Amino acid sequence: MSYRKSTSGWRWTRALVAGAMGITLATTVLSATAGAASTPGVTSSSVNIGATVPLTGPAAPGYSEIAPAMGALFSWVNAHGGVNGRKINYTYLDDGYNPANTATQTRKLVLQDNIFADVGSLGTPTQAAVQGFLNSQKVPQLFIESGCNCWSNSKFPGSSGWQPPYTVEGKILGAYIKSSFAGKKVGYLFQADEFGQDFVKGLDQELPAASVVSRQNYDVATLAGPLSNQMAALKAAGAQVVAMATIPAATALAMLPAAVIGYSPQYVVSNVGADAPTVGPLLSAFAQKGGATAAQVAAVGGLLNGVITDAYFSPESNVSNPWVQVEKKLLAKYAPSLYAKSGLDGNTQYGIALAYTFVQALQAAGKNLTRAGLLAAIAKSGKSFVTPGFVPLSYSSSVHYGFQGAEVIKLSSTAPPAVTPSGSWIGGTAVSPVEVTNVGSGPVKKYTGKISAPPKSLSKSA
Amino acid sequence: MLRHLLFATFGAGIMYLVTSNISLFDNYQVGQIASFVVVLAGLSLLTGVNGQISLGHGAFMAVGAYTTALLMTHTQWNFILELLSAVGAAGVAGLLIGIPATRLKGPYLAGMTLLFALALPPIADKWPNTFGGDQGLTMTTPNAPGTLSPQEWLAWIQIGGALIVLVLLANLLHSRYGRTLRAVRDDEIAASLAGINVARTKVLAFVISAGCAGLAGAFLGLSTGVVNTGAFPLTLSIQLLAAMVLGGTGSLIGMVWGGILLVYLPQWSTSLSGHFNLGSGVSAYLATIIFGAVLIVAMIAAPNGIQGGLRWAWRRLPGSGSGVGGSGSSAAPGAPTPVLTDE
Repeated sequence: MSYRKSTSGWRWTRALVAGAMGITLATTVLSATAGAASTPGVTSSSVNIGATVPLTGPAAPGYSEIAPAMGALFSWVNAHGGVNGRKINYTYLDDGYNPANTATQTRKLVLQDNIFADVGSLGTPTQAAVQGFLNSQKVPQLFIESGCNCWSNSKFPGSSGWQPPYTVEGKILGAYIKSSFAGKKVGYLFQADEFGQDFVKGLDQELPAASVVSRQNYDVATLAGPLSNQMAALKAAGAQVVAMATIPAATALAMLPAAVIGYSPQYVVSNVGADAPTVGPLLSAFAQKGGATAAQVAAVGGLLNGVITDAYFSPESNVSNPWVQVEKKLLAKYAPSLYAKSGLDGNTQYGIALAYTFVQALQAAGKNLTRAGLLAAIAKSGKSFVTPGFVPLSYSSSVHYGFQGAEVIKLSSTAPPAVTPSGSWIGGTAVSPVEVTNVGSGPVKKYTGKISAPPKSLSKSA
Repeated sequence: MLRHLLFATFGAGIMYLVTSNISLFDNYQVGQIASFVVVLAGLSLLTGVNGQISLGHGAFMAVGAYTTALLMTHTQWNFILELLSAVGAAGVAGLLIGIPATRLKGPYLAGMTLLFALALPPIADKWPNTFGGDQGLTMTTPNAPGTLSPQEWLAWIQIGGALIVLVLLANLLHSRYGRTLRAVRDDEIAASLAGINVARTKVLAFVISAGCAGLAGAFLGLSTGVVNTGAFPLTLSIQLLAAMVLGGTGSLIGMVWGGILLVYLPQWSTSLSGHFNLGSGVSAYLATIIFGAVLIVAMIAAPNGIQGGLRWAWRRLPGSGSGVGGSGSSAAPGAPTPVLTDE
């Protein structure tokens, strides 16, 4: 022990040397601080925006295409000089659909990358986790890719949704079930979060309580295998119509075990989980993983035949639609690898249309770009933005929802889709007129206005 | 004891200079590092000093985080009290796990704590109205005083908490309890012959360690502003263990290295996979793979972790006090004797 005493003086010297080195390091290496511009993320020649999206995890299939599709539209804009002379720099980070990751990635975008606005971030639980943070930092949280009723809230003036609120979807599909499948027993399968709950709220407003025989849900965080228990319970309850608020993977994981137990109800699926080019390949992939024979794998896509869902813009299967034609050309030219992989589907269409909405908001905000100015421009002229939507956007100073209407469509196919999207779908035939309603108790009524055509600039240059 | 306080004050001084000179996002990350230091220090005590293993520390963190979040949602308690409740609740959980743990050793203990990490999140998912489901519960930090930015303020709370925990643990390890913990680690029979209550000592180690994890969980929840089960997956528990080993099992200061790795390694791996254009499917798992690889390399090259390796290098500096092999506790690489604490 004697050596300890003799070295204790040395120990102090060493500690002091280490400390001094630490301080030098701290003051020299780490003193790089961000310059404070008047509006973060904006220069005379550029505007930085960002988003968090699921590139991995349970929500990635399908949804991972949206941000790159938005990027394709921004590339087109930048190739034509940007907006008011500013090029759009779009950064999207993976959050794996996990709110804890969203919190970190969003702080990275805001505090490190100095984004001007968060545009087109995806998910209800994920975006709810950063709603307070973004609003407290005065960063606009625009066109959230989720139909939660929670985006239009006067406490969070910088937040807004884009797609129809889930309650609006639920009401429109509920009204259709009531009129077209009168007297049939109805069962629910919904995601156990705001997405599922808001959708069910809409269904419940339209359907007589006595007709709902079973309410099943699933947890997206633990969504790993087939939803066998839920489907068996729906079958046991005798549900003839199954209304689903499911993400694409969950739609597939519900239909497969149902088919295995010989249960084939009339499916009515939220637009969120009914994009045929996304769900079809998932059905085949999951069936293959589950050990189905090659013939069975080839046939499972047929499960989508006859599924009822809703659409708020023309599906890609409608090849004569001018928007679909423009979107196809744009994606092929500005995101060729994405186009080769997924083609034009509901997700890529969604991304292009949402990005075009943001470009118009930037235009409306004018040359002197500020965050407050951007929000004011959306409240003032958002209703007149050009979109492929069947109904106009409904932004105002108090309403922060996008579309509040849709039409009911029925999927059908000539041949089951293959593992890679084959474009064999002719489906998506409208079975109702375009209808509008709101998240409150307003009635579901027919929409009689016009649908906008794609702007000339887009049709010409794409 | 005074030395620990001086050391902590010195550390606080350095951290003040650091936090006021770096960007707000770096402050956010420094705060996260401090939070991880808290849980790793507790884990280091449990494993390095007391010789028990835990694969369930992510779950203890969740217990603490949910406790504070629930108190913030339903009560108007004092902020410090809310944080202490996280320590208390996780400590109770540690007690419940620690009691049966006295009968288990090695892989069996690892298995039981692993089960705890696996079983806890579904409980939170089972009652979404109480625990907020996937969306979780929100957590808010009290307003920053004066002109301090919220990020700097939070980083300060977390760094301050970490320093307090380190001082308390360092003092504990230098006290009679520290010797008891080590005696039980080295030889349970000899310890009990010396009059030490082995079972009580092991449970105590679990309670202290879990309490630290609880505080760390609450700190991390303050960072992200949200507490949900997705923040405490099984991989977190395993990465904590790996980070502790890499930092230097049994060391307290070494846990700073572990915290730095936990925060920065995922980012480095993401930019690495972006650099080499490895698709998102690869990048999601790259951090875990690198963690594993680094762990294997470290086990071969520096079995006492980064801190052990540094200590070894420091001792070898020409002119440094104790010469080569100067003492039995000097950690030469290749000699995996568990090293003691704060030297």
